[in-house]
Amino acid sequence: MSTRTVELELATPGVDAQGQPLRVPLGAAEPDLAAEHMLINIGPQHPATHGVLRLVVELDGETVVRVIPHVGYLHSGFEKLGEYRHYNQIIPLTDRTDYLSPMANNVGFALAAEKLMGIAITPRCTVLRVIACEMSRIISHMVWLGTTSIDLGAFTPFLWAFQERERIYDLQEMWTGARLTTSVTRVGGMMADVPDDFVEGLRHFTRTFPKTLSEIDRVLTRNAVWVGRTQGVGVLTAAEATNHSLSGPMLRASGVAYDVRKDKPYLDYETYDFDVVVGEHGDVYDRYLVRLEECSQSNRILAQALDRLPDGPINIADPRVILPPKSRAMNDMEAMIYHFKQVMEGVKAPVGEAYVGIENPKGELGTYLVSDGTAKPVRWRIRPPSFINLSVLPRMAAGHLLSDLIAINASVDIVMGEVDR
Amino acid sequence: MNPSVDALRATFGPAIGRALESCGDTIVYVGREALLDVMAWLRDTPGHTYDYLVDVTAVEYRDRERPLEVVYSLRSLARRADLRVKVELDSQGDLTVDSVVPLWRGADWLEREVFDMFGITFRGHPDLRRILMWETYAEGYPLRKDFPLRGRFSRAEQVRQALGARPEAHYSLEELSIADAYDDLPGDMKERLRRGERGTLPDAE
Repeated sequence: MSTRTVELELATPGVDAQGQPLRVPLGAAEPDLAAEHMLINIGPQHPATHGVLRLVVELDGETVVRVIPHVGYLHSGFEKLGEYRHYNQIIPLTDRTDYLSPMANNVGFALAAEKLMGIAITPRCTVLRVIACEMSRIISHMVWLGTTSIDLGAFTPFLWAFQERERIYDLQEMWTGARLTTSVTRVGGMMADVPDDFVEGLRHFTRTFPKTLSEIDRVLTRNAVWVGRTQGVGVLTAAEATNHSLSGPMLRASGVAYDVRKDKPYLDYETYDFDVVVGEHGDVYDRYLVRLEECSQSNRILAQALDRLPDGPINIADPRVILPPKSRAMNDMEAMIYHFKQVMEGVKAPVGEAYVGIENPKGELGTYLVSDGTAKPVRWRIRPPSFINLSVLPRMAAGHLLSDLIAINASVDIVMGEVDR
Repeated sequence: MNPSVDALRATFGPAIGRALESCGDTIVYVGREALLDVMAWLRDTPGHTYDYLVDVTAVEYRDRERPLEVVYSLRSLARRADLRVKVELDSQGDLTVDSVVPLWRGADWLEREVFDMFGITFRGHPDLRRILMWETYAEGYPLRKDFPLRGRFSRAEQVRQALGARPEAHYSLEELSIADAYDDLPGDMKERLRRGERGTLPDAE
């Protein structure tokens, strides 16, 4: 029986007599790990990719060398479907593109169809649509803030943000009957007027929402972990952002003061008092600041819109475009004929084409409609802001750590329903 | 009418086709050969400076006689001015135009999508692959008018193909080459890749 020394018995494995870690060789020759690049697949089912995005990442140690994004897992062929639908039948499809701001998508499509047909909407409808757009912006930015803070390890802001989103969703449900698939616009008007207690409910929201924003601001903006994870990460200069066709908060965080609401105003946005929020460094932190401040600007717009909300009809008077009330369609021959023609034949658009870009939460949502004079568009094109914003991800992520890739991807604010359409 | 149209006509002459206005937007048709020169001129000439590419898409009309159109929406951020440039392509002929990625990097995914959906090839594009449909998608180009709404293949055939696809073949060869993983692949997978199950091998005969 061999004897064993006491030192060996008591020694901590992997530590030498001085307490320094021992380097234990693996096998005969240790492989040179630094020389080999690793291939990692993230997604399509991964919580940090915000949907069914798949990233194939080439890693050198922990440093990202190259990112190859794969999209299309949620492709539904909306643009193809639109070629087989009447204009009003397309509106439910727009809900399902950017499903975090469905009401703003409805507005974007209705505006394009109305531009194509040369329809001027009523004053009350204009203000209601502004309310719809700004409510959507707050919902979308709250979801972005919540999910991004979870990605970066902060759980509390997520709960606060989703609570605020829930309050907006309640109002949205009160108005449209749906939380997600709102379909709130029609060509030439709205699906429904707001209910009686909606205005008071939204006013209460605009009064109390800034408190949550300042709480989020207090918890994140000067938080050492948050700042360390986001500042100087994923930087894009103004020239790069412009050349890559970015839009929305991504463009403005890089210092380009371009906001469709100010520069190509629609829905009388030029008459509202609000600021275009512009960043300076173009990093993840500035994108966060831009989105946070945009929430309070949206809140300002909402308050102004509520103050000026005029009485009057929500739909235009043209019976070829707007369905007559059911009571008239049942009792009046002329109204019944209009009702029949609209349901069976749809609203015909003149030959031509129209492009309308609106400032969606994600960026510029463009709707490009081409008509050959029938009731169905020849081409319905969505300019998807988050698709174009996502295309710059490989450029932003190269050279950063893998953990920064998660922060950068979150900062783009993608929604895969819109990326893949 | 956007003043850039007259300036284009004075500079490029016959390469500029008709110009028209629709719903207040100016549309100008450009010959396919001159496209890259015209676009570079529009981007860089002082007084025009269309520095922002809003969108690239294509339109095919229900009327089969009409040519396919590739549509470029340009914007000058400083002047807040828009211009829509179109290139006509004969749908029966060569569907190729020059890529504008050298001018606007933002055209990268937009042109890939047009290629994916319409089958239009962009000459000089750095990475022209399908983007929304998968790389082995064999039914054609979904947004073309001769493509049926439910696809070319029957539902049974679509399901058979989806079930038959091997998950490990979802990496492109380019991606596999990143990690030199190709050399480590089992023989049958190498053979499948060589047969072209996922595109073509760069060094295959």
